[in-house]
Amino acid sequence: MSAAVSTQKAGRIELDDIAIHLPGKVRFEAVRNITTTIAGGEFVSIIGPSGCGKSTLLNAVAGYLQPSNGRLRVDGEAVSGPGPDRGMVFQHHSLLPWRTALDNVAFGLKMSGVGRRERRERAEEFLQLVGLRGFSDRYPAQLSGGMQQRVEIARVLINNPRVVLMDEPFGALDAQTRERMQQLLLGIWGRLRPTVLFVTHDIDEALVLSDRVLVMTHRPGRIREEIVVDLPRPRPEDISVSPEFIALKKRCLALVQDEVRQSLVGGLEVARIELPVEA
Amino acid sequence: MSASALALSPAAASATAPAAPEIPRGGFLAGWWAGLRLDRIALRVLALILCVAFWQAAAVHHLDLGIVTFRFVPAPTEVAAAAWGLFQSPKLFAHVTNSLIRVFAGFGVAALLGIALGLVIGRSRWLEDTLLPPLEVMRPIPGVAWIPLAILMFPSSELSMIFITFMGALFPVLLNTIHGVEAIDRRLIASSRSLGAGRWSVFAEVVLPGALPSVVTGLAIGMGTSWFCLVTAEMIAGQYGIGYYTWESYTLQNYADIVVGMLFIGAFGMASSGLIKLLGRLLMPWYRIQERHA
Ligand SMILES: Nc1ncnc2c1ncn2[C@@H]1O[C@H](COP(=O)(O)OP(=O)(O)O)[C@@H](O)[C@H]1O
Ligand SMILES: [Mg+2]
Repeated sequence: MSAAVSTQKAGRIELDDIAIHLPGKVRFEAVRNITTTIAGGEFVSIIGPSGCGKSTLLNAVAGYLQPSNGRLRVDGEAVSGPGPDRGMVFQHHSLLPWRTALDNVAFGLKMSGVGRRERRERAEEFLQLVGLRGFSDRYPAQLSGGMQQRVEIARVLINNPRVVLMDEPFGALDAQTRERMQQLLLGIWGRLRPTVLFVTHDIDEALVLSDRVLVMTHRPGRIREEIVVDLPRPRPEDISVSPEFIALKKRCLALVQDEVRQSLVGGLEVARIELPVEA
Repeated sequence: MSASALALSPAAASATAPAAPEIPRGGFLAGWWAGLRLDRIALRVLALILCVAFWQAAAVHHLDLGIVTFRFVPAPTEVAAAAWGLFQSPKLFAHVTNSLIRVFAGFGVAALLGIALGLVIGRSRWLEDTLLPPLEVMRPIPGVAWIPLAILMFPSSELSMIFITFMGALFPVLLNTIHGVEAIDRRLIASSRSLGAGRWSVFAEVVLPGALPSVVTGLAIGMGTSWFCLVTAEMIAGQYGIGYYTWESYTLQNYADIVVGMLFIGAFGMASSGLIKLLGRLLMPWYRIQERHA
């Protein structure tokens, strides 16, 4: 574990002219020309109109999808499939309903052959890390949405991943819980320092959390602009009313709205597009 | 570095969760009984008594409703007398054990084969395309129609009978297993692969437990349909079996005995299906919790 923290470089993601095609009635291009490098330990958010390919891009980094063009590497190695070095958190938890919170968190250790006693001890520690001490024996269905996502995060972190991929992880939570989860995530990220690639449709969320925000175009998704969020850390709770924050937010909002407009103008071919909830 | 060294400041870490949902106490049996309140049990018993009373009245008064007549239907009192006769018969034990062996042997093989086939068919499109069509053709064929072939195909009549109870149980188990496997949330498989699960672990940790509720349903239905085929199967029998007893009573025109046989089959079928459901509940405590919170 200490290696991942002390070497700043672990978790570097290189996307080099990535295109991804998805199967449908007709095979179509979901993202195109994605080129960017995410430094090890960096916190990067992706925003863009709904349906622009944010989840698709994340799924490719996770190894669920193969790019149809370009090179995708993590720490110099081509991604060839899913693995515990790249943890994934979805909008709705994907905990095993037949395992308790503790056993869900311990799952990754079980897969890597850690003995029962040790993995239970470490799972307890990680449950504590996400503020769920005392909930070990609950089944996922007995937890609230926010608690389920905490278990999900603990379950990913216990594998000491170089990269954590999050696809609108707090999108289904109420505003208060969401804010608490954001603070929790920032706290954990500050200590463990994995690279985080975070998809959201909430511009405030992206700006509060990230070092950098990638704004994507409408479909096929390309990178419209990279916005560096040079706000100091740790960020105070009232950061979202600071003039710098508001300036950044206006920029992001303008870009996203412009992309939504363009996707509606060219709308007939993307008739299935849904309007982003908060743009 | 250990996670405890990372424990967050109390403020962030103890961001206590919203009011926690209740945990069921006293195990699931307590919960199961708690579901049946006394007044509802009383109502159910009363309904049964009323049915029997109606049957008695209809049989005694030779009720004739035009398309259906109770003139030849034995009354519950006659059936009770016939049942008493069967209970005192030295043959009862042989009837019951023979039938139990046939049903449980056929059901057991159907369970093993149905679950195994269902799991592989549910996981592989190629196997679905090659194995499912012939099975689908056999599915609508009733047990009675299998009798001649069953006699020709198997060396002993005992095996022919087990084959028919087997066919009765196979399809509910098979189809429910396939359905259970195919209904598994793809994200569970995706995220467990991201947590380091290989092919076998995905199968053992995700597919198997994920399909289990559906498998148990299939087993409970299959147990019922296996009993359902018992009379058909035991038409082949020489001398023992509840189904044989029922069929023989018909050929001998002992109407009260027929009803005794029918009730035996009904009771045994219900009890063994109930047993399967009970085992399912024991095996999947999480499932009821999930249902309750859904
Ligand atoms: N399994 C799929 N089959 C076909 N089309 C899909 C599939 N998943 C997503 N799409 C389409 O691909 C595009 C990109 O989807 P996605 O990456 O989920 O967008 P986002 O996460 O940005 O909202 C969308 O237009 C969506 O409708
Ligand atoms: Mg998405």
